[in-house]
Amino acid sequence: MQFLTLVFALLLLSAMVYRVGSRQAVRLGGGGKGALHSLPSYYGYYVALWCGLPALILAAGWMIFAPYILKSLVMAALPPDTMALPAARLSLLMNEVKQMAASGDYRYASDEVARTAAQRYHELHTVSFAAMCVAALSAAVLGAWYGLNRVSPKLRARNAVEGIVTLFLIASSTIAIFTTIGIVLSLLFESLRFFAKIPIFDFLFGLNWSPQTAMRSDQVGSSGAFGAVPLFTGTLLISVIAMVVAVPIGLLSAIYMAEYAHPKFRAVAKPLLEILAGIPTVVYGFFAVLTVAPALRALGASVGLTISAESALSTGIVMGVMIIPFISSLSDDVISAVPDSLRHGSYGLGATHSETIRQVVLPAALPGIVGGVLLAVSRAIGETMIVVMAAGLSAHLTANPFQSVTTVTVQIVTLLVGDQEFDSPKTLSAFALGLVLFCVTLALNVVALNVVRKYREKYD
Amino acid sequence: MTELSMTQSPTTRIGSGADAENRLKARYRAEKRFRAYGLISIAIALSFLAVLLGSIILRGWTAFTQTYIQLPVAFDAETIDPEGTREHSALSTADYRTLINAALERKFPEIADDRTAKRDVQKLVSSGAELELRKMVLANPAVIGTTADLWLPASAAADQVVKGNAQHDDSSGLSEGALAKLDALRLAGALKRRFNTYLFTAGDSRQPELAGLLGAIVGSFYSLAITLALSFPLGVAAAVYLEEFASRNRFTDLIEVNINNLAAVPSIVFGLLALEIFLNVLGLPRSAPLVGGLALTLVSLPTIIISARVALKAVPPWIREAAQGLGASRQQMVVHHVLPLAMPGILTGTIIGMARAIGESAPLLMIGMVAFVVDVPATPVDPSTALPVQVYLWAASPERAFVERTSAAILVLLACLAVMNATAIYLRKKFERRW
Repeated sequence: MQFLTLVFALLLLSAMVYRVGSRQAVRLGGGGKGALHSLPSYYGYYVALWCGLPALILAAGWMIFAPYILKSLVMAALPPDTMALPAARLSLLMNEVKQMAASGDYRYASDEVARTAAQRYHELHTVSFAAMCVAALSAAVLGAWYGLNRVSPKLRARNAVEGIVTLFLIASSTIAIFTTIGIVLSLLFESLRFFAKIPIFDFLFGLNWSPQTAMRSDQVGSSGAFGAVPLFTGTLLISVIAMVVAVPIGLLSAIYMAEYAHPKFRAVAKPLLEILAGIPTVVYGFFAVLTVAPALRALGASVGLTISAESALSTGIVMGVMIIPFISSLSDDVISAVPDSLRHGSYGLGATHSETIRQVVLPAALPGIVGGVLLAVSRAIGETMIVVMAAGLSAHLTANPFQSVTTVTVQIVTLLVGDQEFDSPKTLSAFALGLVLFCVTLALNVVALNVVRKYREKYD
Repeated sequence: MTELSMTQSPTTRIGSGADAENRLKARYRAEKRFRAYGLISIAIALSFLAVLLGSIILRGWTAFTQTYIQLPVAFDAETIDPEGTREHSALSTADYRTLINAALERKFPEIADDRTAKRDVQKLVSSGAELELRKMVLANPAVIGTTADLWLPASAAADQVVKGNAQHDDSSGLSEGALAKLDALRLAGALKRRFNTYLFTAGDSRQPELAGLLGAIVGSFYSLAITLALSFPLGVAAAVYLEEFASRNRFTDLIEVNINNLAAVPSIVFGLLALEIFLNVLGLPRSAPLVGGLALTLVSLPTIIISARVALKAVPPWIREAAQGLGASRQQMVVHHVLPLAMPGILTGTIIGMARAIGESAPLLMIGMVAFVVDVPATPVDPSTALPVQVYLWAASPERAFVERTSAAILVLLACLAVMNATAIYLRKKFERRW
């Protein structure tokens, strides 16, 4: 809260300085046109940037680094026998200290050491915050003074301001790169820790998945097995079922929309189909559990089949419904992009409409459709909420769609929701699964995007 | 008809004769069939949509009302405040359940000596009724000593029976005796269904009849506000740079490939990233909408950048040439001319990105926004859930009454989405310009 007040004060100060700067520029320019290098407002921005930017950077730096510095200062001041505690106990203690310092409530301290540490932490925090405030405000004043002094008709204020803006633009566009790097590094880092405990070969090719590791050494029955093959086959089974539902329905709908439908019908049906794409996946999950699974069970029972309540079939069907609009809108674009000259040539040879579509339009659009289907597969593999709610938890190595299977994303969620210890293979295995998921979807996306792009270039 | 026969009898025309007629008919039949396949597919897809929405509306609409029971409650001074101090602490810790039980005995004098019957009938009234009474007494201590006919919320089990969601037998969780009393109340006109205010004014609760969405709605609001505040400026800045300033080189190609890939990366991977970077490395609080907002920013940023680029591309080049011809710098050209013209398109894309972010739950599961949180979060760093996560949590609850609540939560979520998408469509229709 105090921090926000400081930021607000700095912004207010900059706004004031902006006015002073632009007036100063007008005065120095003598009001004559062409006497100033830039428009007066740019001088205002120039001074405001000098006032606000260094101060804000200082404040942000304190915000980011202060917790680490304060923590090490407080830890250095702990009594020697506390410092000798194991690392896990120590970090627990420091968490308590931080929490107490933040709330200002020391009544429930576990012992005297924690209380004094918390009080010290609080004290240091207050002092350093005050010091930072003074520093930031003086930086703002000094910056404004320096900027105002530099204002002169010769100053290239616009170029300077635009330079800063360009820097901001470049920085924003590199966020995508940093996100990717962040994903790769964080997944890789935790996965390597996992592979240090469980050999990578056992993980990728093992047939048994039961991640419940023993909490105590004398516990029986839960040794922990990390063979991910049942998860991969489960994911594959559900994705295949989803594709069997989505590809024909999506593709045929797209063909009808693009080739046959009256514009009025299209104007109604296409947005309706796209509603399916806008429905949150958690809703599909609920639908699968409460409507589709019981219906399938009853249907199976009536013909003498036992269908599990969490069968791959019901999950796959609902996921397929979710993917229909994805496939239909991508294929619709692709089919509409096939040049009419091909169609006219085919009609001229006497082919009917459907023959033209099957023998001319679809082959021409095939690469684009394949790209769209690959993107849909990648989405099916990475889909989380439907499978978390509707698919099973225990790993079965089966290709029977009536049985329950589990998927990679289900396991990631079950492993990471709830208590986490970042030194047990159970928690770390979620990151290894995440890494596999990321690599597979990345490969699918790269191939699909390339196929689609090549296709576009062909007809552009 | 083969080529050989054609050359031998030049008088026979291609495509004549009964054989050819039949083939033509078959081809037309195939044409009709193919057309029908298309229509059938669209019909299947739309019927899925109808079944999905229909089943949720049918299950959910009853949750917007709540059953109330009329009981003659005596605000007995002995029970509420035996010392007669009328102090706030005494009034707020008083045993209001006793008042309700006494009121039930007054309503049904025949149960007075039967302990099991008493216990069964007590199950008809929600524990929320105690809170109502406490609120009344705290607001106006003068009611102590008076008797009033009050409408008190029924328990979830009774509520479900009244609404017809549960069978009128043991499976409802109520005994025969309690069900009979419920029927008696109904006949006496002492049952009423009112608008369910708990749903919109309360946080989560283990008691279905007291569970509300306010905590989740506020949590979603905070996350979304943070997402919007970060992803809109960053997304527009990135799009402007790539579209207006960057020259095509390997660096910008790399950025483009990255953006396109991130748009297709599963959202749960962003959740893992957020867990590792924001929680483990930066040490931000778990379960906080702040972190949820940051994670959703990463998820929605690629979508926003891509749609903003499309909107910028749609601005014709002569606008830029005219601005520069009059002496504007590139940045002046962008800020004064290109951005205002592209803004409707950018806003539409942003709203659609936000609509996707509000329904996103997988990344929020990863950063711990799935805790059972009773309090409505006051700030973006308090533990909280979000609307779709609340749906997930309620869907996992065993009580029957939560099925209806879950459907109602979904309806609220879908209503938010409908409003956002309608705004986007309106903006597009109103400001769309063809050059």
